Amino acid sequence: MTPYLLRHVLKAVVTLWAIVTVTFVATRLSGNPIDTFLGEGLTAEGRQALIDYFQLDRSLWHQYLAYLRGVLSGEFGLSFVDRRPVTTVVAERLWPSGQLLLSSVALTVAVSLPLGVLAAVYRRSWIGSAVMVVAFTGYAVPSFVLAIVMVLTFSYWLNWLPVVGNGTWLHFIMPTIAMSGVLIAALTRFTRNAMLDVLGQDFIRTARAKGLRETQVVLKHGLGNASITVISVLGLQIAGLAAAGSVVVESIFSWPGVGQMLVNAAILRDYPVLQFGVIAVAVAVVAINILTDIAYALADPRIRLARA
Amino acid sequence: MASLVDALPRLRRRSGRRKGQGADIIQTIALVCAVLLAGGALLAPWLTPFDPLDQSLLARLRPPIGFDRYAAGHLAGTDELGRDVLSRSLHGLRLTLALAFAGAVIGLLIGGLLGLIAGQRRGWVEDGIMSLVDMQIAIPFTLVALLVLALMGSSLTVLVLVLGIAGWEQYARIVRGEVRRIAAQPYLEAAHTAGAGPFYIAWRHVLPNLVSPLVVQFTLSLSNIVILESTLSFLGLGVQPPQPSLGSMVGLGRDYMPTAPWIVLTPAALIVVLTFTVQILGDWLRDRADVRLRER
Repeated sequence: MTPYLLRHVLKAVVTLWAIVTVTFVATRLSGNPIDTFLGEGLTAEGRQALIDYFQLDRSLWHQYLAYLRGVLSGEFGLSFVDRRPVTTVVAERLWPSGQLLLSSVALTVAVSLPLGVLAAVYRRSWIGSAVMVVAFTGYAVPSFVLAIVMVLTFSYWLNWLPVVGNGTWLHFIMPTIAMSGVLIAALTRFTRNAMLDVLGQDFIRTARAKGLRETQVVLKHGLGNASITVISVLGLQIAGLAAAGSVVVESIFSWPGVGQMLVNAAILRDYPVLQFGVIAVAVAVVAINILTDIAYALADPRIRLARA
Repeated sequence: MASLVDALPRLRRRSGRRKGQGADIIQTIALVCAVLLAGGALLAPWLTPFDPLDQSLLARLRPPIGFDRYAAGHLAGTDELGRDVLSRSLHGLRLTLALAFAGAVIGLLIGGLLGLIAGQRRGWVEDGIMSLVDMQIAIPFTLVALLVLALMGSSLTVLVLVLGIAGWEQYARIVRGEVRRIAAQPYLEAAHTAGAGPFYIAWRHVLPNLVSPLVVQFTLSLSNIVILESTLSFLGLGVQPPQPSLGSMVGLGRDYMPTAPWIVLTPAALIVVLTFTVQILGDWLRDRADVRLRER
């Protein structure tokens, strides 16, 4: 199992390096970062201080190495807007985003697993088709449209739910659903496909032949084995989709999380915050991917017991 | 494998009799929607008498036809500056579709080329390209798009490039897989033996095999690009005002939702109809072409 993990950790490190490099290249491609970010209202000294800080008078290669060194030592600079360390700005927004992510994943799992199993077991009847229509809808409706329609219906017309903030549990309902739409679509589809694969295996026939009840066959032998695939999808797909979704959903519902911060930073051109935010989210996504790989390895004896 | 032209009838020939009648009705509706949407987008300047940028302070926030205070001619109402919502929506649809097509073509070119290289050259070139593909899958692309658009400004050129880079890895995987599969076929060996050159083989044997999976992937990626574009525009980072795009209309109309929901609902409905239509057609093409696109 060790070589398996080593390979995945190595891949993750390379991916992170690529992201850090992309953020560097993106800032330097757009010309002199100072002119891009702080066009007006910069004194000659302030300008010189920034040039010294980013070492813009040195070669690109030198700048890149200095940048990498800063990243490795955890120095990401100050926010242009409120002059606080970007690490603090991002850190205080992690928990609200985490809460929303957890509630969305919980809802997604609670809805998708039963739907996916149903769709697989009843794939030839209308139940299976109905489930797949639901999954299809989740893919086709962008999360911001889903969110806007919910806000119109439940906040402005019916006056049931609050729109802004994350104060009470009522505040969680619409953002969680808006985040989960595409996640449910993805996970339902994969649960169904994984279940179809497993239910066609020989050991399922054996389980039926030895007289197990159908629920036990489907849930214990079927879902038990399909869950390996489902876990891997949960980690690989959902982390990326949720990162993208949180950007949209948090800015619609004024949710004080990382996603809203990223959009604000992008609009205000608060480049240090944006840069660190993208790196932080990427680290989170890659970390979730690694944890997924480990969970996958632990769940699958073929990998767990493999000697390289 | 005869020629490039044979691949398209192949898409048609394998018409799926496996699906029931319900599916056929849905696909017919999707086809009709596709024609209507494409027609509306292409003919937008001639379909509505109003310029999408023309403001009219006397006819602000007027509701659609059938409601009180309806302003004659403005079928879907007007927005906060008295601009015609229907005309803006159709022009937005036009821009969204144009951007999506351009982005999908760029993705096809980048991904197709890299996939071709990866499939033909083994070794470190292939490893390098495939690890790029893995990275593209691992990185949440919406965030990279935010970063790039914030840094480089949201001109249409930058936006198109971002949309193009968004989906290249799918094409690369498909092309590489197909190229490797075809490379193992006996007819390719026969062509080699007969003295065919690499360009002849690529044109005559590889390309015809690629047409149907690429057509399918192109269609499926269109809807992803439409969603990405409208999301970015919704956040204020895509198409910039006053130019209308479906996403930015929803984003800017948000402030008027309690009193004038039609500003938001018309473009939002168009987005949903558009993504549904494209996805249904994509799935349908996939079933017909019987291509096993690898899902992840």
